[in-house]
Amino acid sequence: MRVLVAFFRDALDSATAGSLRYHLWMAFLTFMMVLGAYAYTVQLREGLAVTGMYDYVSWGLYISNITFLVGVAAAALMLVLPTYIFRDTDFVRAVLFGEGMAVAALIMCLAFVIVDMGGPARLWHMLPVVGIFNWPRSMLAWDVIVLNGYLFINLTVPFYILYNHYQGRRPNPRVYLPGVLISLVWAVGIHLVTAFLYAGLPARPFWNSSLLGPRFLASAFSAGPALMIIILTVIRRTTPYTIADSTLHKLGLVVTGAAQVNLVMLISEMFKEFYWPTEHSRSAIYLFFGLDGQRALVPWMWLSLSMVSLATLALTVPALRRRKAVLLTASALLFVGIWIEKGMGLIVPGFVPEPWGRIFVEYSPTWVEWTVTLGIWALGAWVFTILAKVAVGVEVRYQRLRAEAEAARASAPEPHLVSSPASPA
Amino acid sequence: MSGTRDDSVPRNRLPSAREIGVDDLVRRMFATYGVEDVPAERIPREPTALPWGELKQTFALPADIEERAGIEIRDDVPPDRSRLELLLSREVDRRTAVKLLAIGLVLGFGFLQTACRALLPVGARSDEEREKAKLSLEEYFKRHYRLMTDEEKRATIERLERLYELETGKRPHISTQGPHEGVLYGYAFNISKCRGYLECIRGCIEENNLDRGTDMRYIRIHEIPAGGFSLARANDSFYHEVPAEGHMYVGTQCYHCENPPCVEVCPVQATWKEPDGIVVVDYDWCIGCRYCQAACPYDGRRFNWRTPHVPVEEINLNQHYLGNRLRRKGVMEKCTFCIQRVRQGRLPACVEACPTGARVFGNLLDPNSEIRWILENKKVFRLKEDLGTEPKFWYYMD
Repeated sequence: MRVLVAFFRDALDSATAGSLRYHLWMAFLTFMMVLGAYAYTVQLREGLAVTGMYDYVSWGLYISNITFLVGVAAAALMLVLPTYIFRDTDFVRAVLFGEGMAVAALIMCLAFVIVDMGGPARLWHMLPVVGIFNWPRSMLAWDVIVLNGYLFINLTVPFYILYNHYQGRRPNPRVYLPGVLISLVWAVGIHLVTAFLYAGLPARPFWNSSLLGPRFLASAFSAGPALMIIILTVIRRTTPYTIADSTLHKLGLVVTGAAQVNLVMLISEMFKEFYWPTEHSRSAIYLFFGLDGQRALVPWMWLSLSMVSLATLALTVPALRRRKAVLLTASALLFVGIWIEKGMGLIVPGFVPEPWGRIFVEYSPTWVEWTVTLGIWALGAWVFTILAKVAVGVEVRYQRLRAEAEAARASAPEPHLVSSPASPA
Repeated sequence: MSGTRDDSVPRNRLPSAREIGVDDLVRRMFATYGVEDVPAERIPREPTALPWGELKQTFALPADIEERAGIEIRDDVPPDRSRLELLLSREVDRRTAVKLLAIGLVLGFGFLQTACRALLPVGARSDEEREKAKLSLEEYFKRHYRLMTDEEKRATIERLERLYELETGKRPHISTQGPHEGVLYGYAFNISKCRGYLECIRGCIEENNLDRGTDMRYIRIHEIPAGGFSLARANDSFYHEVPAEGHMYVGTQCYHCENPPCVEVCPVQATWKEPDGIVVVDYDWCIGCRYCQAACPYDGRRFNWRTPHVPVEEINLNQHYLGNRLRRKGVMEKCTFCIQRVRQGRLPACVEACPTGARVFGNLLDPNSEIRWILENKKVFRLKEDLGTEPKFWYYMD
């Protein structure tokens, strides 16, 4: 118990102390969060009328971000799987950040769910026992369960590992491996369930496609690790924590594979919509070419499409992929490209044209929506920075403890501190 | 500074909880729930607010601060928010600014308090507001309509009626009348009779207390140009003489599907199909996620994007819990076949208002009803039948 208190005290110390740059970064994020909170109070006071949404486009930027971020959270799978199951030593030093990214993404998802609600104060109606949960009928009920479950797994497994490292002990695989195995299935589950939430609506032909789920997974497994590459590069530059080039290269490989599959699926979707356009293709036509003179989404979609294609092509050439600048640029392009596509390119056209086939006012997010969205992204970055800072602190300390143990063992062997250098944990 | 200050607060000492009035607030809060038995006349009507002179004293502000800023604030009354903000916006040094902000905190000029005021009985100014706050709090914790006992239903009706009475002086009658045995409602729409007069829409708006602020309509009348039955080419907001040459008119509204996708997707079961086939919403259970709106293929649902506004003199006081009682912002609503009327054995307002007889409503289980005769003798069809939603809303021609 005393160790636990010490762990949290040290974690707090580590999260609140840092260089000037660290403090400036955190101050900036806090400022953005406060700005977002202010915009949210405006929305609370006036109602959702201050957003760009209306009866014919009743989901907008908030739900778009949830869809994308569920993918980012699910992408932790791409680091967890090789580390714990394939015992790939290249991913060992990155996996904790992957799980941290999942936690931050999930917290952002939950925040976006809350800001999208018309009656956030009545969210307790969803709680078990006191409320009513429409499970297993409603896919939204499934989504709430899988998101919270995944958050729980991604908090407990890294905590167990860090807590052991903090004490200079090797974590016991028997304790954490079951959690890891569940998290692997769960990661696929959260994104599939989120896709089913849309795909299960016959009212919206644009979403009502069996490819939606697989396509979600492919785009998520490229956008998530792409973000990871950028984050790891930053961590490597700003902290004493070392991350090998080979880790980044392997992540690059994951990104490339997923991006290629994503592109293949995109092409087959476009073929189906445009080779013989039916009444059900009207959303896709609106998205890519504009409909009845309305074309607000067209520039967004083509921007996204060119970003994703360009990045995928660049990554496909091994000589290009190995160059750090190309890898980073392509990762950034993919991340932003898929954000646009999963957001404005998926949610909004699902509602356009409306059920009777017409287009009214085109949806465009208001300043309140943009500010709240920025605030929640700042919240995510803030959570991730704290988690990463604590993890780096503990890991650097663990390396030192292990080195000391090695030195001690050279003179007098200590059996309970034995660890092999190739051990993944 | 003028000397009307109360001398009970000496210099250099912060006022105690009693002086600020916190004690009173706490006592009042518990008194509402009968925790402590305080006679009503001993409960102060107004929370003790600090006059400006006292605040200046307590926070050691310069005596002539408001004069220097060119603002007038009386010493013997509490300063209002706008004056404090004005003072803050003038050139003041940092210490003074911090003090002014602290004064703002003491006076409760914060968003948190404003946000919670509707819920908490603390800080309410009058008996009426206290009663309102208490009723709202109890309303907040009530259960799903279908889980309520008869006693709970009676209590919530009493609260809702009283709340509206407190607000406007008019008391509605909110019914909880359940479905009748052997009744399943259905609707038929004669597209050769409708001429686009929109009387149905007007009747609906007045009957169902629809939001006048956003011009909400449950019913849409689509004006379709000749040459094909295409709603995509239709216009549902026309302002010209009807019937227009070369056009036909088709009405849509909630179809009360036998197999409603909106009910399926609701995460909290706030919407369901009643035994008489009416799809209803529990406005107080809805969390406003709008999944049902995404799931409806027929444009049948409406969301309250802002607080709905119905002029008091136009309110329909004959209400039903699941029907036309007043809604709040952030909840879904929809056509209920005028549940408050049809369960009393009357016709929906749109049917009654239609001057051409294009609308037919009745019991599908009654073999002698007009709707059954139409279904058996006319060539009827429904929209988007391929989705398997089984709407109870048919179209037919003469």
